Amino acid sequence: MAEKKSATDSSYVRFENVQKSYDGEVLVVKDLNLDIQKGEFVTMLGPSGSGKSTCLMMLAGFEPATHGEIFLDDRPINTVPPHKRGIGMVFQNYALFPHMTVAENLAFPLEVRGMSRSDQEDRVKQILDMVELSQMADRRPAQLSGGQQQRVAVARSLVFEPDLVLMDEPLGALDKQLREQMQYEIKHIHENLGVTVVYVTHDQTEALTMSDRVAVFEDGVIQQLSTAESLYEDPQNSFVAQFIGENNKLNGTVEKITKGICQVRLPDGTLLHSQQVNVDGVGDKTTMSLRPERIELDPPKGTKNIITGRIEELIYLGDHIRVRMNVAGNDEFIVKVRNRADKRPLKEGQEAKIGWLAEDCKALDYTSQ
Amino acid sequence: MSDTAINTMGNKAQNAAVNNGPLIAADGTPLKQKLAKTTRAMKTRAFLLTMPLVLFIIISFVIPIGQMLHRGFYNPAVSNVMPSFSVAIKDWDETTGELPSEEIFEIFVKDLALAKKNREVGKTVGNMATRINYELPGSRSLFTKSARKAGKITEGPYKEALFALDKKWDNHNLWRTLKRASNDYTISFFLAALDMKYDEAGNITRADELYRIYVPILMKTLLLSALITLLCFLIAYPVAYLLSTLPLATSNLLMILVLLPFWTSLLVRTSAWIAMLQQQGIINNIFVFLGLIGDESRIQMIYNQTGTVISMVHILLPFMILPLYSVMKTIPPSYMRAAKSMGATNTYAFRRVYFPQTIPGIAAGTLLVFILAIGYYITPALVGGSDGLFISNLIADHIKKTLNWSLGSALAAILLVVVMVFYWMYNRLVGVDKLKFG
Ligand SMILES: Nc1ncnc2c1ncn2[C@@H]1O[C@H](COP(=O)(O)OP(=O)(O)OP(=O)(O)O)[C@@H](O)[C@H]1O
Ligand SMILES: [Mg+2]
Repeated sequence: MAEKKSATDSSYVRFENVQKSYDGEVLVVKDLNLDIQKGEFVTMLGPSGSGKSTCLMMLAGFEPATHGEIFLDDRPINTVPPHKRGIGMVFQNYALFPHMTVAENLAFPLEVRGMSRSDQEDRVKQILDMVELSQMADRRPAQLSGGQQQRVAVARSLVFEPDLVLMDEPLGALDKQLREQMQYEIKHIHENLGVTVVYVTHDQTEALTMSDRVAVFEDGVIQQLSTAESLYEDPQNSFVAQFIGENNKLNGTVEKITKGICQVRLPDGTLLHSQQVNVDGVGDKTTMSLRPERIELDPPKGTKNIITGRIEELIYLGDHIRVRMNVAGNDEFIVKVRNRADKRPLKEGQEAKIGWLAEDCKALDYTSQ
Repeated sequence: MSDTAINTMGNKAQNAAVNNGPLIAADGTPLKQKLAKTTRAMKTRAFLLTMPLVLFIIISFVIPIGQMLHRGFYNPAVSNVMPSFSVAIKDWDETTGELPSEEIFEIFVKDLALAKKNREVGKTVGNMATRINYELPGSRSLFTKSARKAGKITEGPYKEALFALDKKWDNHNLWRTLKRASNDYTISFFLAALDMKYDEAGNITRADELYRIYVPILMKTLLLSALITLLCFLIAYPVAYLLSTLPLATSNLLMILVLLPFWTSLLVRTSAWIAMLQQQGIINNIFVFLGLIGDESRIQMIYNQTGTVISMVHILLPFMILPLYSVMKTIPPSYMRAAKSMGATNTYAFRRVYFPQTIPGIAAGTLLVFILAIGYYITPALVGGSDGLFISNLIADHIKKTLNWSLGSALAAILLVVVMVFYWMYNRLVGVDKLKFG
């Protein structure tokens, strides 16, 4: 999953300074710039109301952009009506036509394109085989299970062989197991057909496992656009660090920066070392981000950061033990301790030493929450 | 219950299934029986809950309508006034071509004199005369005049005495009609309602051209109702669509406008149309003002079919808009979007995706408007003139003015049958469609 270098001139989908407002008062999408390569699987991830669906609707042509330009294959498409864009779409509620059978639903885009009836039938059969629903051809959508409906919806968005498919939380209504299976199937289809997919989800596991790149949205702005790995390893700001994966926060003030390592003073006087990511200089307030699994209990001598905290709560999870500690006044500090015989039995209320490397701790922009 | 017990019972149930016998519940009773037992209490409760409504409908609806229908067949005017005669005449064989026998004439004259003397309310000679007059126009005075003198005939031969009173008694068809009418149950009124009658020979034939009024008016009622339904549909569909797509605040406001007609009296609304449409009315004035028509050639838009259609479309419009709206409201915009994303133009998407999903609403709306229109009464009466009358106006006439309740009932019964036939056809048509569209 190497990060594909975005070359602005050869990108397949391009948002250029796109803004969107529904009511003329609030900007729902603020100055969006986004490049998507051909064949790429890009996911838009973000909290509810952050403007993901709006971006998808603008790309599909159902909502006009208030400002800026959207390019598809280097053609500006702001004035192209939706039915001429040739973009496949899977809606959140599937939008399967209730008065048509599965086969009729799948034939619809072919029929629109004036394909002959026998060709339609062949193509529908083929795509039904692909999603393994051949026996369901004559059923109506209401007679299918959620997962089957979802597969029909995906099949319908692909049956006319579009180069670009948009999926708006297609798995939102499914239970966990089915969702995982469908994730795998969608990914599989993507790899086989080589279509470009723009995918929207709330679920970060889904986003991280499926995508080539993930765009993290917040409040109409892309906070970070990168591969799953670098989102987790190198969050560019506090929002991404908190949104992706589990994360401990420590607030402090930068005292000194040497070779990309900041010395940060906590309010209780402790001095910590942390990698400089998103702080400008000495004297800045910063929020440091630290993943629970990077913290070691009873660290070896010489570890860069060592601090003492009190164990508040122990949660036994089999392969590891989640320890909630009070560290430097933050009692939501989580440490994941591997379940090993050599770790002494932990007790609530005990004091314990913990430590971590300076590189595992990121000094980011300050946030009070 | 121990584990083994559960196991053996599970086996029993399984065995039963394997043996293809009836399924057995855990305690050994057949499953069907068990199910019926468990649902019985629920069914009883549901029945008791609907009981008051059922009673109300029976008392206030089924019984009056049943009585009305009964009246279309049942008319005891003759047997009420002349009880003995109406029994005696049954022995007369009218096919021989002879007049009834002397005894029957004697009974007739005596009954007539008695009825004249008694003058019970609703059982006067006049009542009977009216009844006969329906079938033999012009015969009314014969009865009333003769009744006055019948008391003077005290001895036979009664036949000659009666003929001496009035030569018109010497008429085979008159006695044949009397015999028919002395039967309490008759189809004469239904025949009349269908523009038919008994001819001199006692066969059922169509009425004379001049007297055929009910069937043409019924046809016109159906035709105008269909036209009104069509116009309502054409106007309501876009309105309902707009209502269902607008944001709630705006659509609620518009909905109030749609419902506004319900808040004013029907009479006021209809009168408003008179003010609008009459020859010196607003619309004509505007036309003249715009120079579209000359002052001397103002258009007649009221007191004819045009007036009936215009004002009834207005009055019935909400009944079309509401079901359409309620169906359209449930169709999410994502269907149209999905269709368009797959390459369908607006019109194509509308035709193939949106419209088929609104059919249940269209079905409900058109049925409602059509059936309401067929039975409409006040509006045609006020603005229909003589040309825009509906069948219900004739029914009302017979019930209120001519007091021929039997004919009114017969007409109403025919109207009811027509409505039911339409309903049945509709159910067949749309019901099948619904099955297909799931
Ligand atoms: N048709 C609309 N009219 C007015 N405001 C809208 C409309 N659609 C969305 N919004 C507003 O735009 C903002 C972004 O909405 P959008 O649907 O893009 O969010 P989202 O990221 O898809 O959220 P979710 O994950 O909940 O689907 C929200 O604040 C929403 O209230
Ligand atoms: Mg959304």
